[in-house]
Amino acid sequence: MGETIQIVVTVNGRRRALDVEPTATLLDLLRDDLGLTGSKACCLVGECGACTVRLNGRIVDSCLVLAAEVDGGEVMTIEGLAPDGRLTALQERFLDHGAVQCGYCTPGQLMAATDLLARIPHPTVAEVEEGLAGNLCRCGCYVQITEAVLAAAEGER
Amino acid sequence: MHRFVYERPEALADAVELFARHGAAARPLAGGTDLIIGLRDGSARPAVVVDLKRIAELPPTIEEQGSWLRISATVVMSDLLADARIRHEFPALAEAAAAVGSVQIRNRATVAGNICNASPAADTAPPLLVYGAVVVAVSDAGTRRIPLTDFFVRSGVTTLRSDEFVTAIELPRPSAPLGAVHLRRTRRRGHDLASVTLSCAIDRDGVTRLAYGSVGPRPILVVDESGRLADRGASDTVKEAILDRLFSAASPSPRSMRASPEYRLAMLRVLGRRAVRVALVRLDGGVQDG
Repeated sequence: MGETIQIVVTVNGRRRALDVEPTATLLDLLRDDLGLTGSKACCLVGECGACTVRLNGRIVDSCLVLAAEVDGGEVMTIEGLAPDGRLTALQERFLDHGAVQCGYCTPGQLMAATDLLARIPHPTVAEVEEGLAGNLCRCGCYVQITEAVLAAAEGER
Repeated sequence: MHRFVYERPEALADAVELFARHGAAARPLAGGTDLIIGLRDGSARPAVVVDLKRIAELPPTIEEQGSWLRISATVVMSDLLADARIRHEFPALAEAAAAVGSVQIRNRATVAGNICNASPAADTAPPLLVYGAVVVAVSDAGTRRIPLTDFFVRSGVTTLRSDEFVTAIELPRPSAPLGAVHLRRTRRRGHDLASVTLSCAIDRDGVTRLAYGSVGPRPILVVDESGRLADRGASDTVKEAILDRLFSAASPSPRSMRASPEYRLAMLRVLGRRAVRVALVRLDGGVQDG
């Protein structure tokens, strides 16, 4: 029991070889082993979306994925969205539209919204709401977040 | 989190051997959206967790096998939604899959896991029941094909043996188009569990299949073979009497935090009437939202 598992995983373009506990989640790996604390540990039951990351091309709640499961996989976190410090257009629109209040849910919102726009470049309001339904904002910035996503889709300046 | 040994067999035979050896102490891991929550809160305490996603025989594919579609145990809800055969031939299943959780959950949660978790509120259970799904389970005694009607016992309990695990769910492809729809009631939009779920499929001969969940310990399939429920000329009074009889097995728990028994039974009747109406429009080739 408790024997560690060797995995290799590419995180934000960088290949990492790690020993993980069977009970460690992808979220634990990111935050505790790699120091990538942009993904938040909040509800831990897959409801709030604050731990959203992209795994092998699809967004997931990293609190509901075991670290061992991602062996051989590719992960992108909020830290990988703007690796050279230059914000994406979507991030700029979040700032313009006041879509960030306390900021705690913002990494997850951005990961989900980036995924949504990759799948549906010009979403309707209903599609934005559905695409972000897995991300809760307790400041209640939903209107501003939706506006920011729609603005990014329109390429608004 | 509860301690366990993580196994990731690459061959089906190795997984079969693990379940033969560990029995009830082993739990299969597919999407993990239920299991990992259980491991964390202590409601699931397996000694061994067997990850099915590396098994060569279980790729996340939906394959045609004669007149059946075979949904592998590793197929997630998003895979179902992306599959044109599912959307066109099994629209009620696609509607149910779209209602599960959020994008993040649908990218992980499997159809097989939704069934094996055996929640009375499982979204995909009613459509799989009306479409006549069969669960394929394997153990070292061989392969067993279990009709979904013989699978659910009560919340969290199925007729799977402790040495068995599910490898696929099979769906008979309808020989003629059905009119089908999946409806649900929740407390709020988004990723709440359902307070009432109901699927309806009507065929060209007027046979109406209804399956409903979240109103008792397990989802239930009922069939009206009289053709009167699908009879466009039948009065609402006649149809409501038939629906009342078909819904007689509903027994919602008074202890649920999501809805009272009275509310659920009332909504079951509303959804039943609406589902028959929508399914008939769709049977005629019409487009009608659920």
